[in-house]
Amino acid sequence: METKAVELNLCGLALSDYKGKPSTLCPGCGHNTISAQVQNAVWELGLPPERYVKLSGIGCSSKGPNYFLNRSFGFNGLHGRMPTLASGACFADASIHILGFSGDGDTASIGMGHFKHVIRRNVPMTYIIENNGCYGLTKGQFSATSDQGLVLKHQGVNMLPPLDMCMEALISGATFVARAYAGDTKQLKELIKAAISQRGIAVIDVISPCVTFNNQDDALQSYTWGRENEAPLHDLKHFINHEDLENEGFKPGTYRELKLDDGTYIVMRKLDKDYDPTDRNAALDLLTESYKNKYYATGLIYISEAQDTIQDLYDLPDEPMNRIGADRLRPTKAMLDEINRSLY
Amino acid sequence: MIDLSKITYEGEGPIVNEFCLSICTVNGSGSATANHILYRTLFHMGIPTSGKNIFPSNIKGLPTWFVIRASQKGYTGRQPYDDIVVAMNQVTFEKDMTYLPAGGVVFYGDHLTLPETPNPDLIYYPMPIKSLIKQVDVPRKLVSFMENMIFVGIVGQVLRIPLEDLKFTIYEHFSSKPKIADSNFSMVKLGYDYATENIEKHDRFVTEKLPPMEDYILTDGNNAGGLGALFGGAQYCSWYPITPATSLVESMIDQIDQLRHDPVTGKKTCVILQVEDELAAVGAALGAGWGGLRSMTATSGPGISLMTENIGLAYFAEIPLVIWDVQRVGPSTGLPTRTAQGDLSMLYFLGHGDTSHIILIPGTVTECFEFGWKSLDFAERYQTPIFVLSDLDLGMNQWVTKKFEYPNKPIDRGRVVWEKDLEELEVWGRYMDIDGDGIPRRSVMGNQSPRAAYFTRGTGHDVYGNYNEDPKNWSEILGRIGKKLRSAIPYLPAPVFRKAKQDADIGIIGMGSTDDAIREAQDKLAEIGIHADYMRVRSLPSDTAVREFIASHSRSYVLELNRDGQLCDILSLEISEYSEKLISISDIGGLPMTAAWAVEEIIKRERKVGGSGN
Repeated sequence: METKAVELNLCGLALSDYKGKPSTLCPGCGHNTISAQVQNAVWELGLPPERYVKLSGIGCSSKGPNYFLNRSFGFNGLHGRMPTLASGACFADASIHILGFSGDGDTASIGMGHFKHVIRRNVPMTYIIENNGCYGLTKGQFSATSDQGLVLKHQGVNMLPPLDMCMEALISGATFVARAYAGDTKQLKELIKAAISQRGIAVIDVISPCVTFNNQDDALQSYTWGRENEAPLHDLKHFINHEDLENEGFKPGTYRELKLDDGTYIVMRKLDKDYDPTDRNAALDLLTESYKNKYYATGLIYISEAQDTIQDLYDLPDEPMNRIGADRLRPTKAMLDEINRSLY
Repeated sequence: MIDLSKITYEGEGPIVNEFCLSICTVNGSGSATANHILYRTLFHMGIPTSGKNIFPSNIKGLPTWFVIRASQKGYTGRQPYDDIVVAMNQVTFEKDMTYLPAGGVVFYGDHLTLPETPNPDLIYYPMPIKSLIKQVDVPRKLVSFMENMIFVGIVGQVLRIPLEDLKFTIYEHFSSKPKIADSNFSMVKLGYDYATENIEKHDRFVTEKLPPMEDYILTDGNNAGGLGALFGGAQYCSWYPITPATSLVESMIDQIDQLRHDPVTGKKTCVILQVEDELAAVGAALGAGWGGLRSMTATSGPGISLMTENIGLAYFAEIPLVIWDVQRVGPSTGLPTRTAQGDLSMLYFLGHGDTSHIILIPGTVTECFEFGWKSLDFAERYQTPIFVLSDLDLGMNQWVTKKFEYPNKPIDRGRVVWEKDLEELEVWGRYMDIDGDGIPRRSVMGNQSPRAAYFTRGTGHDVYGNYNEDPKNWSEILGRIGKKLRSAIPYLPAPVFRKAKQDADIGIIGMGSTDDAIREAQDKLAEIGIHADYMRVRSLPSDTAVREFIASHSRSYVLELNRDGQLCDILSLEISEYSEKLISISDIGGLPMTAAWAVEEIIKRERKVGGSGN
């Protein structure tokens, strides 16, 4: 019998080394697609799973991290508070990349304040919102991203307008803002890779249908709506080496290439319109317009020059703080003697 | 309010080094330095003193009082009346004088108007501050500061504080700014010289120098707590400003630069991060503790209310974390600038479901330092939130306290397993009781062993951290956490005892900042024949020593600053077989406890018991 050789990534690990526990979410849930693409993206980037941690809040989205990257530390914390965990954990070992997972209930409602402030602090992390426009785990209530006029069983009609999480991220100062649709797996995977490759906070709002409670054809976050109303801004591909990019044979003038902070590249091939994701005003216009006309402009919406992260604002040793020996943490007795003297 | 007619100054002649002096000003008028100079000079003269700031929840313009108690006998708790009033605020002038018994002294700025019929039993010294200040050239914005220094000179002279001691303190206080020291001292001297030439002393209060208090320092509990944390190797503190906890974190901010340079790289080894609210403060501290940093936050009661859900998570997910609660008066917003011991029950039972917490209760400023570093060791050793319960009186007021002692044991990082440790462990699970004492081994992020990672959660989990709803598993995991906490009890700060001078049948139990008042009460009771042993509880859950104390006395009075007697309740629960021996005496008004109140309340109850009075 012929055995197919297992494909290995740059650090010599197989995709299966990045797997998680079997998912207990509903079959067909958009979140399962996201889990798969996180696993693929991290594997393709070629660093061991031990170089990542997974943080999440509460809800269907936040159960997700259990279903990929078993070998990464995970913390399924409290509802809406995932960004606060990141704000502490990021100092423990700055070489570890934080993957944050949240939902629309978790981020857009109970955790909105923390979401804004974790962006303001520029905590270096990838922040993925698995946005299904409803509360799944409590069985089908409206969320802050549910469409106005949406009808749900037991809930009646949603009277309030939705929040646009990309807009919220952008105006809070995020340096990387993207939107993806769980049904468009290739684009999603490339965006996750780019987000991880960029320093600072990277927010991806992933429209992720809830097959059980909010997948009616006319629901803003349904598969049908996504299929019919997704408008990719560009055709995306992430490259680790520039050589690979050159070998791809893109026609000059048809694409835009950006070097990311870790030295890798994101290439955006033009589609019908030329969109410049480094133009903040263009991003604001795009989000305003797509919100009004209820379609999903997906892709890299905004990327800025790297800004100081929260870690850069402190003069800390290069080595992981959680490995600094206890003998280096306690001031000397002479220092205490001097304090006693000054207080006498 | 105490009946002042019962207060009489015994004997004749000078009353030496025993007085309570209140400086009555308007907040924001720059009196803090003047108060401090007066107070610190007394300390330099070797006189035990305390300085309590009774201030409004306001920035400028409302009445504020700084109360100095000097006591050669060492009684520095609050006194319910004043012996000397320094009146600088017309609004409160008349009322301020009602706290003086016959023979009491009033220094008043002569820009204040005396009542039409002043109390003839008081002694008045007008202070011509406004006319004195006109004699010198003072920049406009400094006028009120300098006026305050003039009263320091006048009051100092009348109390017979040597001018050179005032001078010493001023130059010490402004040691880095000699010019400012010069101008402040010139104002003090102006007042001092005026008093020498113009005031004839006819009150009885005087000071006399005592041997220097060489083993003591002068500071507040929040400074001590912040320093304790820095000497304890705290690496992370996320916080949100709240009175009266703010100055604890600010003390850390102020002193990190001097104290926390890594000897190897020269970089800093402690991060302080102000965040958007208390939920984030504790959440971020939790993230850091989970990540393997020595982590803490500091807040007050309202902040604890907001932090509760996260603290329950820390308890159940077994994450080290230190939380300072510097208490103010609740419920609700309460009295933000007043002191209380009303958060004890909340902390003890904090969180939904089955929880229990370790609470350290410092009763002196020196203990704030000590528990500041110890709490971090306990948190990492037992992988659980550790509370340090202070209060506004201890935290924000000035105390003469024993010098800080350098930690007598190395930093304890608890059972953290790194790559090498895991190689040696054949079987391991994050929540497995490998060592049989309920304390599991802990791996943290960054550990590169493929066996290191686990999934932390607040949901039911097995010994590997996997989701689990099995009833037996739940009961085992929670049972082990209980066992772990109980195993800590013998190592927590033991109670402190102050025995009566003769065999005593009665006990007095207290905690925290009421120590001074209770010690004074204990002595006053002894003077009238009620002999009582005193025990100050310094941690909960309580150890056998607390039980033995209660068992060995026929009754014990539990004195505390809250409405319902929370410490008494908790001890009654923990030591239920002797609960009938515990008698609660509690009250709350926002001010520190006084010995007079404690004495009165105990006498009242002793009379009912049959006036044994031993």
